[in-house]
Amino acid sequence: MAKTNKLLEKLETGISGFDEISIGGLPKGRTTMVVGTAGSGKTMFGIQFLAGGITKYGQGGVMVTFEEPRDDIIRNVRSLGWDLEQMTKDKKFAIVDASPVPGEELVEAGDYDLSALLARIENAIKKVNAKRVVLDSIGALIHQISDSNLVRREFHRIAVGLKKMGVTSIITVERMEEHGALSRLGVEEFVADNVVIIRNILDTEKRRRSIEILKFRGAEHHKGDYPFTIDPEEGIMIIPLSSIALTQRSSSTRISSGNPELDKMMHGGMFRDSIVLVSGATGTGKTLMTTEFLKGAIEAGEKALLFAFEESHQQLLRNAASWGVDFAKAEKDGLLKVVCRYPETLGLEDHLIYIRREIENFQPGRVAVDSLSALERVSTRKAFREFVIGLTSHIKAKETAGFFTNTTSMLMGSESITETHISTITDSIIMLRYVELFGEIRRGIVVLKMRGSFHDKTIREYVIDETGMRIKGTFRNVSGILGGVPVYDMGGERERVGDMFASGKT
Amino acid sequence: MKYELRLWVAGQSMFSRQAIETIKDICKNELKGKYKLEIIDVHENPDLAEENKIFATPTLIKELPAPLSKIIGNLKNKEKVLLGLEIQPAEDAK
Repeated sequence: MAKTNKLLEKLETGISGFDEISIGGLPKGRTTMVVGTAGSGKTMFGIQFLAGGITKYGQGGVMVTFEEPRDDIIRNVRSLGWDLEQMTKDKKFAIVDASPVPGEELVEAGDYDLSALLARIENAIKKVNAKRVVLDSIGALIHQISDSNLVRREFHRIAVGLKKMGVTSIITVERMEEHGALSRLGVEEFVADNVVIIRNILDTEKRRRSIEILKFRGAEHHKGDYPFTIDPEEGIMIIPLSSIALTQRSSSTRISSGNPELDKMMHGGMFRDSIVLVSGATGTGKTLMTTEFLKGAIEAGEKALLFAFEESHQQLLRNAASWGVDFAKAEKDGLLKVVCRYPETLGLEDHLIYIRREIENFQPGRVAVDSLSALERVSTRKAFREFVIGLTSHIKAKETAGFFTNTTSMLMGSESITETHISTITDSIIMLRYVELFGEIRRGIVVLKMRGSFHDKTIREYVIDETGMRIKGTFRNVSGILGGVPVYDMGGERERVGDMFASGKT
Repeated sequence: MKYELRLWVAGQSMFSRQAIETIKDICKNELKGKYKLEIIDVHENPDLAEENKIFATPTLIKELPAPLSKIIGNLKNKEKVLLGLEIQPAEDAK
């Protein structure tokens, strides 16, 4: 793709999601300031930028550390699969260790500058032919040098030096508070053509990490705050929500929902790459429908993946067996994988990462989540919506069929937050409702919407028996089911009475 | 007692020249031959600077006698330098 604009060239970072939100990476040949409080993940961001350059793009990297000693850095990232020692041996990576020497006392006697540091950095850059340099973090240098003016001046000099050498660099800056001045040094006035902010905020008892590109001088980027997580295997993973392009191809292939009558209601079945949301009160048969959806895959020889957040593996297997679906065999045949997790065990970002990873590894044709609303319980509305967008876009990008369930809080009628929040994101919505008629509870199903297809708009009655869900005829002469107040319509009688009078007139 | 001193400098910069001048003066007048002084240019020996974790220039290091001490700056404050090196001012300074 030829770019005709005069915008600055970018350097891909290799950090998952960052290249999307930054539209191509960090401004090439420039210095970017990465600002964050202690523990926000600044160092990780820097190391990942370097390691990504080495492993993905074959570009050498130099880490200048003012805080953590060399050995700590090497040890800390080993679990992420980066062998910095080997990279050092291969002349791909170098550390300039400017961390304080424990117990060492510095006497300041007169004026000085950081020429030695600059010489060491330049030497390291030449040695590994580095294209990327990280300085982590300026704040730590303050503990060694009392004169903050000097630090500011020298960092400016170093930034100029780095620019001259044509490397793309990151300077991390420690911030005292999440909301406030960017840094206590005021270094930003000098080097901050480009600023990235990393946050780690306590949000309704959950730690929520996010990243924002504040500015890229002369270069475009996506605006706003993006959630991310630090994965024990892959490090920082940013979820590039609003930059997710709606470019998914749309399939007209239909697949069976696993229930022949429901397929008829959906005009031949759901679309291959669509997301269906099934919403209903507890006990309406959502897990049953999920089971049938999975059965549909298994019978078609497709792989299916179930994420269960409400029931245990054993329970699910037993339930399925009671409806004549053999999950155990399907699992043995490699057609089904059931992943059970308590919603509370992880933050939503982490859930999303794990779900994505399971999908990557298993490569299913169908994915079911039972239930989505269980996850809603453990998050804020915004985080939940972001999660659903992230999940659906991932599933759709893989041209996989998605099947989510949602438990409504009220037995009769009504709607839930999940419905109002995510109904626009899903392609089809199926509602399951209790219907009270003449002192008896019955159940109704309706296909509320189905994008790109005709569908049955009537509310049909269904029963659940040992064979599963049996969809029967429509509720005749009953209205107000969705509202939760079914009214038996006496229209038939009214008409007859009306006819009587009419006939009397003539 | 023999002093082993190392002065790390950055080329011919003003700070470096000032520091060299001062340390030579101290060696001559205070240590009177009981010293070994090595002047190292970080531009020519960046690996050595890395090994010794030198980040500021000029940096004066007293390797011997123990304990090791590190003084940064152009050494313009001679009293402070002597104090940092734990050198008693010579007789004639009195």
